Amino acid sequence: MHIVDRRLNPGGKSLVNRQRFLRRARAYVQQAVRDSLKDRSIKDLDKEGQISIQRDVIHEPTLHRAAQGGSRERVFPGNRDYMEGDKIKRPDGGAGSGSKAGQGDGNDDFQFALSREEFLDLFLDDLELPDLAKRRLIGGAVDGIRRAGYSTAGNPSNLSVPRTMQKAMSRRLALRRPKGADLARIEEEIALIEARDPPLPDDAVRLEALREERSTIIRRRNLIAYIDPVDLRYRRFETVPKPVAQAVMFCLMDVSGSMTEHMKDLAKRFFALLHLFLSRCYEHVEVVFIHHTDRAAEVDEQTFFYSTVTGGTLVSSALEKLIEVVQERFRPDDWNIYVAQASDGDTMQSDNGRVVSLMQQEILPFSQYFAYLEVGREEFADIEMVGTTTGLWQAYAPVSDANRNFVMRKVHHRREIYPVFRELFQRKGVAERSS
Amino acid sequence: MTVALAPAPLFSGSDWDFALINRIYETVEPIALQEMKLDIYPNQIEIISAEQMLDAYSSIGMPLFYKHWSFGKQFVTNEMMYRKGLRGLAYELVINSDPCINYLMQENSATMQTLVIAHAAFGHNHFFKNNYVFKQWTDAEGILDYLEFAKRYIAQCEERYGQLPVERVLDAAHALMNQGVHRYPRVRPRDLKAEAAREAERQAYRDRIYDDLWRTVPTGARADAIPSDARRAALGLPQENILYFLEKTGPRLESWQREILRIVRLIAQYFYPQRQTKAMNEGAATYTHYRIMTTLHERGWLTDGAFMEFLSSHTNVVYQPTYDSGQFGGFNPYALGFGIMSDIERICLEPTEEDREWFGDIAGSGDPMEVLKDIWANYRDESFVSQFLSPHLIRQWRLFKILDKQGDSELRVDAIHDERGYRRIRRSLAREYEIGRQEPDIQVVDVDLSGDRKLIVEHSVLDGVQLDEGDAAMVLQNLANLWGYEVLLKEVESETRKELKSHSAQPNMAWLR
Repeated sequence: MHIVDRRLNPGGKSLVNRQRFLRRARAYVQQAVRDSLKDRSIKDLDKEGQISIQRDVIHEPTLHRAAQGGSRERVFPGNRDYMEGDKIKRPDGGAGSGSKAGQGDGNDDFQFALSREEFLDLFLDDLELPDLAKRRLIGGAVDGIRRAGYSTAGNPSNLSVPRTMQKAMSRRLALRRPKGADLARIEEEIALIEARDPPLPDDAVRLEALREERSTIIRRRNLIAYIDPVDLRYRRFETVPKPVAQAVMFCLMDVSGSMTEHMKDLAKRFFALLHLFLSRCYEHVEVVFIHHTDRAAEVDEQTFFYSTVTGGTLVSSALEKLIEVVQERFRPDDWNIYVAQASDGDTMQSDNGRVVSLMQQEILPFSQYFAYLEVGREEFADIEMVGTTTGLWQAYAPVSDANRNFVMRKVHHRREIYPVFRELFQRKGVAERSS
Repeated sequence: MTVALAPAPLFSGSDWDFALINRIYETVEPIALQEMKLDIYPNQIEIISAEQMLDAYSSIGMPLFYKHWSFGKQFVTNEMMYRKGLRGLAYELVINSDPCINYLMQENSATMQTLVIAHAAFGHNHFFKNNYVFKQWTDAEGILDYLEFAKRYIAQCEERYGQLPVERVLDAAHALMNQGVHRYPRVRPRDLKAEAAREAERQAYRDRIYDDLWRTVPTGARADAIPSDARRAALGLPQENILYFLEKTGPRLESWQREILRIVRLIAQYFYPQRQTKAMNEGAATYTHYRIMTTLHERGWLTDGAFMEFLSSHTNVVYQPTYDSGQFGGFNPYALGFGIMSDIERICLEPTEEDREWFGDIAGSGDPMEVLKDIWANYRDESFVSQFLSPHLIRQWRLFKILDKQGDSELRVDAIHDERGYRRIRRSLAREYEIGRQEPDIQVVDVDLSGDRKLIVEHSVLDGVQLDEGDAAMVLQNLANLWGYEVLLKEVESETRKELKSHSAQPNMAWLR
């Protein structure tokens, strides 16, 4: 009997099969992933999750007898009070007395769990941040190390043994260093002749020649080293600065009294998606959260998503704050700046002029992209709201027409969030991108 | 037999290490081999983690297997069930190979490891080595090498021909996997000498009956000599092994496609005995572990605590829910096998009058182990149930039989656990294990060679139960793709030869290329 410990064997044998399975059901899995997100809470947005897809996509058919029809007989355990000849009504499952219950592959959905990575991959597939154009190289801190051939000097730990031996061998060949085998052969012959009794006539001469040859060989072997310091080769590494595109994302949200919980929820969902997307796709993305009532404040993520504040509405305050932060910390020359704003569109008429001018004069010139998301009441979700645009929408409309990097969308219901999000960040066609 | 009692229990607590596993094995081995006289392949015990157990699960329990998405599907299902806690993992997996490989999970407690060693390394192992179905059908020495070959071959095909074409062939072959089995003992390859001898014998016969007179008998214009029979004989029809038929005669298949069909078919064949002996195999292993564990406890090798742990797990394994308990999903093979085998032990040792009447040959024989070993070697589920399900057990389990006749509005209780019912119940339960009844009888019957090469397949319908239509259409499409021409499936009433229904499928021309 042998005991073998297999626990340390590489696991994940099923990984390939799992990926093949996901590939096969990809379209359906993707749909399911997107559907499942509609009802997730913000916190759980990027957790691994269970999804279900229709069975028939991945059905494996076999030839088997139908569950219905025909005559059948079957034995069951646990009789209580049946007597022979009793009649029993058919159970609701129809004929077959539930006999195929064990096979249960009916048409119910096929459920399984996706890991967080798989989930996000499918979920954020084919989205990208629009136009990440200004690339800045920042050296130093983000150096990478890469192999750069061999050198004759270096740290002993970097000694390349194969390369050194190769060099030594070619040098020995070039200088014709006698081999150990040659020496051994001559030693052997000398021993043979010396041992011969009686010696042959020309043995003395032969012996003399051999001895001379031997001393030459030994001398040459001593002179030409097996490994010489000139043979040593070290692996060389060099550091390379890696180009890093850095971006900052501003999230602006109105948290004033006119924003209902529903609206805030919509906005938060949008930002949560955005946050998820950005932090996943870009390593160097900073996110700045600003919420405002009639005053604006830069807050941390937790406060932004989960705190409540009351007050009036002054959109310009948030924009000013945004400009302030940009001037302070994010030089537009070095950073790609993205802004997303969410509001119910409520604004003070008197403030609109300032908002538009701030937008036109200051913000849009330094922004790569500005997305305005207007959240509305759930009740209006299905009603086409003709002519009832909000103050902010009216103010922004001309801005949007004039600037390609400003987009605005309305959202009333949770289910619209994801489509709008996709619309904004859909990967553009190649032609469009290159223009 | 007087046996020395244990100086001290093997272990206390649930921790184990390799030395302990060794000691356990060495303690169990003499009980199994000398006292129970089991005959086993050499054992190899491998410790694996839960993850690895999940991996093994999803490739039908084999340590290596080719890659296919359906195993991934299996994997994600198992994984989810396991994570949600809906299903625990099996404590062991055992592979019918020589040496016999037993997988033990590292999460098992010391008691469970003892149980698993008794169950798999001795119970299953003995069954694999001795049961006639396994002897007849499987090649325990070669299986792992063959799987290795299959895995490599399919990976090479994927490299050479692309993943998708290979996947399509595998999908189609998997759909026909159950029809890829020879159900009757394999035909031994004919050797040249025997061929020559037979030919010589035929020649001698012709010489002996030769009469020149026959030459003078006038013959009319003869019709072609029974073309259909000749054709069918040449093609080896009727043939129930559809994959075999395709592999040998499929007109449009490339040689690598034939090889893949062969791989799938041989693997299906390897698992064929397991499907026929589920209850017996598990019953034998359960009976073995029960005896060994009890013996260990009696002799002081197991502490009372460990024995209680064993009993609790054993009881779970052999639990049979009743039909109305809501958990009923057919007979539990562990429960049925173990139930009948324990009953046989009782019959051998303390037979009643009834037992003597029913089982005259074994009642009171006094040596249950010999009787059981004979049964383990020479029966499969169907014959086992039909021979050894005793009235005592039928009463104990309160079995009853339901008849669901086509056309009747109600079900009928056809037999219960009484004098009139025993034999009927036993026959009926045995038939449920008959592989020919579990699976439809489907055969390739003819090919239209002179016409459009249409392949004709026949399902011989038993008791009016036809094929599941949706699945049949899908499988037929796969069959047509493999065959390369039209395929017709007829459903024929087995007794009256009346045709009930027919399906047909045209090959998808884009498929093979």
